[in-house]
Amino acid sequence: MGTPGKSRRSFLIDSVSGLGGVWVLANYPGILAAAEYASEAAESDIAPEFAFFTPEQALQVEAMAAQIIPTDDTPGAREARVIVFIDRALVTFDRDRQEDYTQGLAQLESQVNQHFPGSREFSDLTFDQQIHILTEIEDTPFFNLVRTHTITGFFASPLHGGNHDKVGWRLVSYDDSLDHEPPFGYYDALPLNRR
Amino acid sequence: MRQFRPQDEVDFVIIGSGAAGGIMAKQLSTAGFSVVVLEQGGWGKYGREQEYTKDELLNRNPSWEDRLMSDPGGRQPNTFRRSEGEDTVPGSHSYGCVVGGGTVTYGGSSWRHLPWEFNEASVVGTIEGTGLADWPITYEELEPYYTQAEWEMGISGLRVDSPFVAPMSREYPVPPVPMKSSGALFEVAAAKLGLTVVPGPLAIITQPYMGRSGCVNCGMCSGFGCHVRARSSSAVTVLPLAVETGNCEIRARSYVREISVDNSGRVTGAVYFNADRQEVFQRARAVVLSANASESARLLLLSASNGFPDGLANSSGLVGRYLMLGNGASASGLMEHPLNDYKGVVSGTGILDFVPSDPDRGFYGGGRLTSRGYATPISYGLNGLSPDAPRWGAGYKQALREQAGHRFTINCFTTQLPLETNRVDLDPELRDDWGLPAMRITSASHPDDIANMEFFRQRSIEILEAAGATNIWASPVRDSRGSAHNRGTCRMGNDPATSVVDRYHRAHDVPNLFIVDGSNLVTGGRNHPTMTIQALAFRAADHLIDAARTGDLASGT
Repeated sequence: MGTPGKSRRSFLIDSVSGLGGVWVLANYPGILAAAEYASEAAESDIAPEFAFFTPEQALQVEAMAAQIIPTDDTPGAREARVIVFIDRALVTFDRDRQEDYTQGLAQLESQVNQHFPGSREFSDLTFDQQIHILTEIEDTPFFNLVRTHTITGFFASPLHGGNHDKVGWRLVSYDDSLDHEPPFGYYDALPLNRR
Repeated sequence: MRQFRPQDEVDFVIIGSGAAGGIMAKQLSTAGFSVVVLEQGGWGKYGREQEYTKDELLNRNPSWEDRLMSDPGGRQPNTFRRSEGEDTVPGSHSYGCVVGGGTVTYGGSSWRHLPWEFNEASVVGTIEGTGLADWPITYEELEPYYTQAEWEMGISGLRVDSPFVAPMSREYPVPPVPMKSSGALFEVAAAKLGLTVVPGPLAIITQPYMGRSGCVNCGMCSGFGCHVRARSSSAVTVLPLAVETGNCEIRARSYVREISVDNSGRVTGAVYFNADRQEVFQRARAVVLSANASESARLLLLSASNGFPDGLANSSGLVGRYLMLGNGASASGLMEHPLNDYKGVVSGTGILDFVPSDPDRGFYGGGRLTSRGYATPISYGLNGLSPDAPRWGAGYKQALREQAGHRFTINCFTTQLPLETNRVDLDPELRDDWGLPAMRITSASHPDDIANMEFFRQRSIEILEAAGATNIWASPVRDSRGSAHNRGTCRMGNDPATSVVDRYHRAHDVPNLFIVDGSNLVTGGRNHPTMTIQALAFRAADHLIDAARTGDLASGT
């Protein structure tokens, strides 16, 4: 997955300690579960486990996310660790969407098999083959769910597992200081006669 | 905080703690009366506002405990239909539901109604098939209370001399918010088109005032609680002052299911579900209903009894009717340079030249255009791009990069004629999470309202063009389905046959029941109701205090 266990562990722990402990227990029990998985994995030196996805499912979803916001000369959904966000969402505030993923991924696999016999998984396809499949399903509820989750994870606070190193915010030049002084933009910086 | 026992008869029970309820609580308790405020929502971050989240994801997905708005998809469902014959669909109407009500999260626009908006039926003439009517009070009568509201709540703005702005007897207490790039572009366009730009009055203070600090332009504004207490909500202004008197108890998570009456037709108190869903009856000498236009009407209908078979205070049959949900129009475009309008308040600037109705347009209507380019990161990613941008892939990413901060949007707030057929009532089938009949909304705007919305859509496009925007888009106008700015439903008037409350907010039918909130608005103004609701509340409190001091809540002032 390209996500070293150690750093995952540290950001999960950061995220938990950054909120009121009582609040986390009451509202996001899945955060703790995910943190435990990650920290155990780090200590046992085995690949980190996800709270909801199997490693195989995670590969497929991450491949989809990486097509929705691809990597070019700047980081995309993969580097933003959107997959971690989605996995966590599915055990916390969006836990009732688990079945949509399970079914959607099964459906995706059969579509891959149908179009490209010999390929087992979406993640095994070439870049262009993946685009072909996604273009075909871009109006389906499953694709739009993954799209919504991918974009949300890419732009949500890094606290939630995605937008790692604020790469999403960087892409759109979003300054997250939450404390701004005018001038804010180009036009309010200019005197009226020069706008 | 002072605590009362339910069996103690307090002077006033106030239902709702928002724009009106908070002011009523402070005024009545300061005058020495005992007050219990029953608020359906939770405490929010009352008294520890610095804990309000600025995390967009958490704000979108609040826990029950942290929720600031009602939950139409969950515990407070409602249904919607355009007309009586139609089947209903699940409704999306939602309102502020926390101590402080909608003022905790609103954008803060604080426009006064103009003098002629109180007698518009006389100014423009009545309109066949509508309930357009004059108010029983004048602007001059309300003006001192507008001033009081601006100074006691803390409104930023600039007093201007304009035919499109209500005249003020006093300056605003704090200066307006800094002009954003969207406001600067409004000025560019206005200069070309001969229009008038005015900094908008906002319930957001720009410098320290009454023990609170000024706005830091964090950008996570409308829809979020304010972590620096710059938004002048009831929760950081009037409610703490009410509690300090020692005469006022606020009970959060107290969901009123009935206003009770005795055999003589007088109100005796209110029955509510507490946080544990146990029923509690709080006795009171009088009840002030300030639950917002939609819920106040619903509660009156829920409070039907032998003496009031059609709902409390409803001998006119008008409780719930003349509902105005709030209409508007919008257009956007892209500018060559970044506006970065995600910084600061949502909108600080208005173009006001189209506030009055103009018979030459061929329809009744007016409104305000406000400038903005506001987009928090997640909402920008999900729906912030121009409609021609790809929805995913390399093209989507490229558009995200190129359009970031470049969007210039105009949102218009327009008139909605009061129609008797537009209403809140009780759904015959659906129940809320407490087992009470859910709210049903029936609403379709008048054809003039729709024509007016289209007029504003066209003006928005012209202004965007004049400002130099490219790639302009403006989705077709849509009739409203609810949420913020709901007004009407318990209109004020002198005639008990055509109104629900008198000019002092007393229910015509019930001598010790007072209804004070957006429900009383006879006409909706140019949308933006909160400042008028606040002024009405200060005025209503003055008269109510006089009535209560003379020991005669029964016979009027």
